[in-house]
Amino acid sequence: MMQSAADMPVWAAIAVAFFLLIGSGLALIGAIGFMRLPTFYERIHAPTLGTSWGIGGIMLASMIFFTVSSGRLVFHELLIGIFVTVTTPITFMLLARAALHRDRAEGNGNVPDKPNRSQPAREVLGESDPRRG
Amino acid sequence: MSAIILFTAVSIAQLMLAAAMAIASVRMFRGPRAQDRIIGLDTLYINAMLLLVTFGIGTGRVIYFEAALVMGMLGFVATVALAKFLMRGEVIE
Amino acid sequence: MLPYPLLTLSLILMWLLLNGFTPGHLVLGILVAVFASWAMASLRPEKPKLAKWYLLPKLFGIVLYDIVKSNIAVARIILKSGRRSHNPGFLTVPLDIENHTAIAVLAVVLTSTPGSAWLEYDSNDRTVLLHVLDLDNEAEWRDTIKNRYEKLLMEIFA
Repeated sequence: MMQSAADMPVWAAIAVAFFLLIGSGLALIGAIGFMRLPTFYERIHAPTLGTSWGIGGIMLASMIFFTVSSGRLVFHELLIGIFVTVTTPITFMLLARAALHRDRAEGNGNVPDKPNRSQPAREVLGESDPRRG
Repeated sequence: MSAIILFTAVSIAQLMLAAAMAIASVRMFRGPRAQDRIIGLDTLYINAMLLLVTFGIGTGRVIYFEAALVMGMLGFVATVALAKFLMRGEVIE
Repeated sequence: MLPYPLLTLSLILMWLLLNGFTPGHLVLGILVAVFASWAMASLRPEKPKLAKWYLLPKLFGIVLYDIVKSNIAVARIILKSGRRSHNPGFLTVPLDIENHTAIAVLAVVLTSTPGSAWLEYDSNDRTVLLHVLDLDNEAEWRDTIKNRYEKLLMEIFA
């Protein structure tokens, strides 16, 4: 372990350690918040700590480490970063919509109703349009 | 000197990420509803992915990066499929 | 020839990042990217129009800064000992943008910022339902979304 790490300059090691600890610390705080927050809609905010700068910090640390230790520019970690930043909102949005759907269908919790102005508007439109239906 | 700094930082980071994974799996087992469990799974695999990247920094091998990339992609597809199932599978037929 | 130049370029970049830069991989990457963008063209998705693409770095900077700020704020809320130290709530915001790509970008920005989550968009009355972790002053959240993000997005995707 750590064959190439011994001949790294100290500033690079400190930078790698700093970003690594920031990233993993944020991921841990996110997980703690995910445990402690009381309702689902609050809990959905906590893991984004890990998926925004948690991932960002660890990716930066990995980029600095491999760039310094191999002597050439390595930034393919950016791919994971971009991929996760783009995909996490999609999963969270889908999950939140599923949760809203279930809560509304079962009528529990204090979730807001579907904006119900749209439904009558469509019905009125449908009635006034003789070609329809 | 720099080897000591790196070794300490990587070890602490791996401990923290392992703790985050443990907490996420506790929520996954305990979570009152299905959506909590799915977000627990999501947090679990993202932290596992980060743990793989720190293993890559620890050993100096690039192969862990590819494992992390595959893990991120499969985890995303799994979470989306589960979320879709929640929307279509149970409450509304 | 090239229906989606931006997509082609980013596919080539991704190929080179994954495989390392050699002339052979450059040629192979260009081939794959061109065929993939033709495949994309036969799907006929709605083509996004970038009017002022030079504002994209500004948006990127603003979003990075806001994510740092809200990371600190959310970490503070989580680590505070009192369980009820914050005031979560739902927020309905009417939107003026119509471009689908712009709405998608806004959703990604708001959801990846800790402290605010995009729940659903109603395309009939063009409102979005958000959940905010710390809803102490609602007016400031509305102002942030409308003036800080939406105005910039409307300029970019005209």
